[in-house]
Amino acid sequence: MRVLADESKVSQLIDDMAAAIAKDMADVGSPNQWALVGVRSRGDDLARRLAAKLEADRVGTLDITLYRDDLSEIGSQPVVRTTEIPFAIDGLHIVLIDDVLMTGRSTRAAMDSLMDLGRPRRIWLSVLVDRGGRELPIAPDHVGLDLSDQPTEGELVEVHLAPTDERDEVIVRPVEHEVEAS
Amino acid sequence: MTGNGDYRWPHKHLLGLEDLSAEDIRFILQTARGFEGVSTRSVKKVPALRGKVVVNLFFEDSTRTRSSFNLAASRLSADVMEVIGKGSSVSKGETLTDTARNIEAMGVDVIVCRHNSSGATHLLAKSVGCSVVNAGDGQHEHPTQGLLDIYTICRELKRDDHDLSGLTVAIVGDIAHSRVARSNVYGLRKLGAKVILVGPPTLLPGSFKELGCELSNNLDEVLPRVDVINMLRIQFERIQSQQFPSTREYATFFGLTKERLSKAKPDILVMHPGPMNRGLEIDSTVADGANSKILKQVANGLAVRMAVLFLVASAKEV
Repeated sequence: MRVLADESKVSQLIDDMAAAIAKDMADVGSPNQWALVGVRSRGDDLARRLAAKLEADRVGTLDITLYRDDLSEIGSQPVVRTTEIPFAIDGLHIVLIDDVLMTGRSTRAAMDSLMDLGRPRRIWLSVLVDRGGRELPIAPDHVGLDLSDQPTEGELVEVHLAPTDERDEVIVRPVEHEVEAS
Repeated sequence: MTGNGDYRWPHKHLLGLEDLSAEDIRFILQTARGFEGVSTRSVKKVPALRGKVVVNLFFEDSTRTRSSFNLAASRLSADVMEVIGKGSSVSKGETLTDTARNIEAMGVDVIVCRHNSSGATHLLAKSVGCSVVNAGDGQHEHPTQGLLDIYTICRELKRDDHDLSGLTVAIVGDIAHSRVARSNVYGLRKLGAKVILVGPPTLLPGSFKELGCELSNNLDEVLPRVDVINMLRIQFERIQSQQFPSTREYATFFGLTKERLSKAKPDILVMHPGPMNRGLEIDSTVADGANSKILKQVANGLAVRMAVLFLVASAKEV
């Protein structure tokens, strides 16, 4: 296991993301024209952190389990949780927040899920870590840690965020066998 | 309400709550929470079972359960086929397993079955390769009704951990013939609730004591002690005349009237699995009153059935 970012580095990365989002949202207009939506899990923690820094009122949580494209594959373990977006997304700029971007399949699922909730004006994508390896034509607007030119194939990049995890960190570790088998 | 660590939903079929662990039941209820929101958004559909086929195979009358399963499957984007006992090969003498195998040969993923024989869905599950969900088998079990009753109790009482310790639930009516009672008893007991079964002696088998229930013939004595009261429908189609007092006598002793309800705890939850015999087991003023959760049960039934269909359809062969 290697630590790619420790607690202070993660804090710096979140600050960078917040600054980048703030810049774009300033161009979008007043705070009532945009909202943050975090993808479970970790993306929701991240969204709340960013919301505090950006003083954003509208923060939602998206559960994408029912939109995943690997539901019928062996080894997937569906745990359905609630989507909590307590505002209408119609006409809003939605900043989609996720912890790690790789294949883009989660982002695809998140976008489909958002579209079923309403018609956002535009969807932005902000991720803490971009590790490359895209399988869909999806590109992030804001990236904390860009690993897209450092191949991490066969490894697992994990973001740990309090309060879900004990401490903030980004680590990389080898894929365990049982996961690999799936 | 956690990420559930190592828990993995293990059941390809849902035949009864007797077969489930408390953890299984809590997992269904927790999953149902995630489905509740689907019914209130602009697009009331998720793609979770896209490309799957769900068959409603009903050999007994049903409006609520059948339409609830149909809508639940539709909201999961499954294709739904309705097969009703009357007017199909079933009335031409084809056996249950033959009918099911023929339907399965069309490429079916889940069969939802209601049948008037206890154990019919167990037989079905043994004879087909797809998932089977019991939508009521004779006098045995009606697991999704039990689940939606328990889900309603947890939601109304804000028991988000789905632990019913310290809660007392009365189930009133024809306990002997009731699959709803049986499923409720298994589920409620597993989640820690105390269950009191109330009815006339002829319709209240002593065997329920072995399941840890208190039995009573006196509703007025029980009523002040309970947090939830579930009034069963009097099922005239299952009762032999000598077991049942006159309807007037039944209403007098076991009907939930406004006067009777005034002796209960003020925040008691009144439930009924439907369809109601108004004026018999429950008065209209009570059924439509502030304590009544009867329509919530119907709404919650949809989320619970979505969860059940989703879980059995995505269960992996072990």
